Amino acid sequence: MADKSKSKWDGYSLKPRRRMPDGLWMGCPSCQHMLHKKTVEKNLYVCPECEGHFRINGATRIAQLADEGSFEPMCQDIASNDPLKFECSGKKYKNRLKEGRKKDGGDEAILVGKAFIRGRGVMLSVMNFDFLGGSMGMVVGERFCVAVDKAIEESLPLVVVSSSGGARMHEGVVSLGQMAKTSAALAKYDEAGGLFISVLTDPTTGGVTASFAMLGDIIIAEPEALIGFAGPRTIYQTIKVELPEGFQRSEFLLEHGFIDMIVHRKDLRSEIGRLIDYCGK
Amino acid sequence: MVGSEIKLNGDQYLPFEDKIAEFDRRIAELQAKASNDGSDCSTEIRRLQRVQTSELKKIYSSLSAWQTVQVSRHPQRPLLGDYLNLMVKDFRQLHGDRTFGDDPSIVTGFGQIGRERVLIIGQNKGRDTKEKIACNFGCPNPEGYRKALAKMKLAEKYNLPVVTLIDTPGAYPGIGAEERGQAQAIAVNLMEMSRLKVPIICIVIGEGGSGGALGIGVGDRLAMLEYAYYSVISPEGCAAILWHDGAQANVAAEALKLTSKELLKLSLIDDVIPESLGGAHRNIHDTIYNVERYIVKTLRDLKRTKIENLLENRYRKLRAIGTTFEKPTRRKTEAVKPTKKQPERPTIPDRLSIEAQLRQTAQIPVEEAEAKEPQTAAKE
Ligand SMILES: [Zn+2]
Repeated sequence: MADKSKSKWDGYSLKPRRRMPDGLWMGCPSCQHMLHKKTVEKNLYVCPECEGHFRINGATRIAQLADEGSFEPMCQDIASNDPLKFECSGKKYKNRLKEGRKKDGGDEAILVGKAFIRGRGVMLSVMNFDFLGGSMGMVVGERFCVAVDKAIEESLPLVVVSSSGGARMHEGVVSLGQMAKTSAALAKYDEAGGLFISVLTDPTTGGVTASFAMLGDIIIAEPEALIGFAGPRTIYQTIKVELPEGFQRSEFLLEHGFIDMIVHRKDLRSEIGRLIDYCGK
Repeated sequence: MVGSEIKLNGDQYLPFEDKIAEFDRRIAELQAKASNDGSDCSTEIRRLQRVQTSELKKIYSSLSAWQTVQVSRHPQRPLLGDYLNLMVKDFRQLHGDRTFGDDPSIVTGFGQIGRERVLIIGQNKGRDTKEKIACNFGCPNPEGYRKALAKMKLAEKYNLPVVTLIDTPGAYPGIGAEERGQAQAIAVNLMEMSRLKVPIICIVIGEGGSGGALGIGVGDRLAMLEYAYYSVISPEGCAAILWHDGAQANVAAEALKLTSKELLKLSLIDDVIPESLGGAHRNIHDTIYNVERYIVKTLRDLKRTKIENLLENRYRKLRAIGTTFEKPTRRKTEAVKPTKKQPERPTIPDRLSIEAQLRQTAQIPVEEAEAKEPQTAAKE
C-alpha cells in the first residue's frame, strides 16, 4: 500500500478536483465512473455510484438547503475597497473581484440571508468557493457579522455552511482581522443564547477553520471533506513526511473529536431541522 | 538607562548593511592599530562613528518591507527571554494546558512590569539550535494556545491584566497539530479573548505570523515594535501562491503592507513602539525599555476604564476592522437574462430557484433595493 501511494504522491492539492467539467457526461474523480451530468445534478451533485460529494457554489448550496423561494438575501450592497491596493504581477485585485462577480455562484465568497429549512426559520450563511476560493475578506466578515446581529435580534438559529481556502491574502491584515471580528460576533451570539450550527464542506481550511467554522455549538461535516488549519501541501512541505491516508478528512476529525457528526448531503436538511427542534426555544 | 551595544559578527550584518559593516571593519582596524603602536586614532574613530551613525539613520529610515522582515528575523533580535529578564520582575512561570502537555513555544506566567502585576503570555523562538528545536522555532502547537487560554482565565479570575508578546512565524503546520485541533484552539482563543474581563495588551515584538500570532493577539491595544512585521501570510508563502515563485518574497512583502508604518496608516494597529537606531538587536536595553514604558503607560490608561466599557470598546474595534466598503459594480442586464438562461431545476420538490432570485436582485438598481429593505438601510 505504501509503495503504491508513494509513487504518485505529490502532496494534496487545494485546487478544485471535484468541479463539474463541461459537456453532458463527466467522469467521477473518485470512482472514475462515467456519469450523466443531469443525473448528478438531480442527485445534489453527489456521485450516484460512489457517493462522492462534489463541490458546489453558494447559490446551488442555498437552493439545496433552503425551502423553495424562502431565502431573502441580506447585506448585498457592499464590496471590498481593496484596502492594500493589491497587485500581483500587474494583475489588480480589484479586477479579480470584478471577474469573480460575473460568475453565477454569488457576488462574494459568502451569501447571507434569512431562510427556512424544513419550515424552521434560520439565519443562513453560505460560503461560495467559486469566488476567489471562498477566501475570507472584509465583505465575508461583515456579512457574517450582520447575519449574527440579525440572528440575535430575531432569535433565529444560525446555520453557516463553510467552504474556504482561508483568509484572503489580497486584503492582508484586514482579512486576518476578520477572524477576530467574526469570532467576537459569535461570542455575543453565544451570550445571547443562540444556536449556531456550523456545516463544514470540502474544503474548509485556514482562517475560516481557525475562526467561526470551529466555533459551532454543533459542528456537522459532509463526508470526506478536507478540513484543517494548514493545507496538506504546507504540512507536507514543512515536515517532508508522507501524510497518513484520510488525514484532515471529515472522518479523521470525527475520530479526533472535533466534529459532532458526518451527514450525507441528502440528509442535511432533515438533520439540521431536527437539531433545531432539540435546541430551539 | 545605559545602553549595551551589541557587537555583530561578520555574518550577522543584513544584506543591505554592507556600508555599516565596512565602517565597523575600519574602526576595528584603527583600534587595533592604536593598541599596537600607541598612535592616536581617536579623532578618526569618532569621525567614522559619526558617519556610520548617520548612514545607519539613512538606511533605517527608509527600509523596504522585505528589509523590515529581515530585521525582525535577525538572529540577535531580542527574544521573549530577554524581555522576561530585563522588563519583568519576579516572573513566576506557569506550565501546562491541563489537557495534553506543555508547549515551550508559548511561555505563560505571572510577573511584575513597572508596578503592575500582570499575566504575561509570550512566544519564544529560541536563541541557539538546541533551544530553537525545543520550542519548535516559535511555532506553537494547539496545547500552547490552550495553555494561554487557561492562564488567561486564571488572570480573569484574579483580575490581572494580560500582556502578550507576539513573535512567531506562524502556528505549527504538523500532523500532531492537526490531530489535536490547531484551528479549534486558535478559534476558541479569538472568541474568548474578545470577551475576557481584564485589560489585554498585545505587542508584536518580532514576527507576527498570521493566525499563529492572532491566537494570542486579540485585545484592547495592539502595538508593534518599529521593525516587527504582522501579516496574514508569510511573504514567502504569499509569493509562492500568488507569484508562483517563492523568490518574489520581497515583492510580496511590499504588497502585503506588513510593516508597522503601513499598518498604523491603515488603522489596523494602535501604536508603534520605537526601536533603537539600526534595529532592536543593536541596543536591546533601549528597545525593551521602550516596550516597558509603553506597557506601563497603556495599562494605566486601560485600568481607568470601567470593564464594561473596555469590553464594549474592544468589541467595537474588532467590528470596525475592514468596514470601508464600496458599492459593488452591478452586472450588466444583458449579461444576466434570467428567464432565458434559467436552467431546468432539479426535480427534487422543495428546492428553489435561488440563482434566479439572486439574478433578479442583482438587476434592481441600488436605490430601489435599499427602499425595499428599510430596516437594513436604516441600520447601516
Ligand atoms: Zn463516483
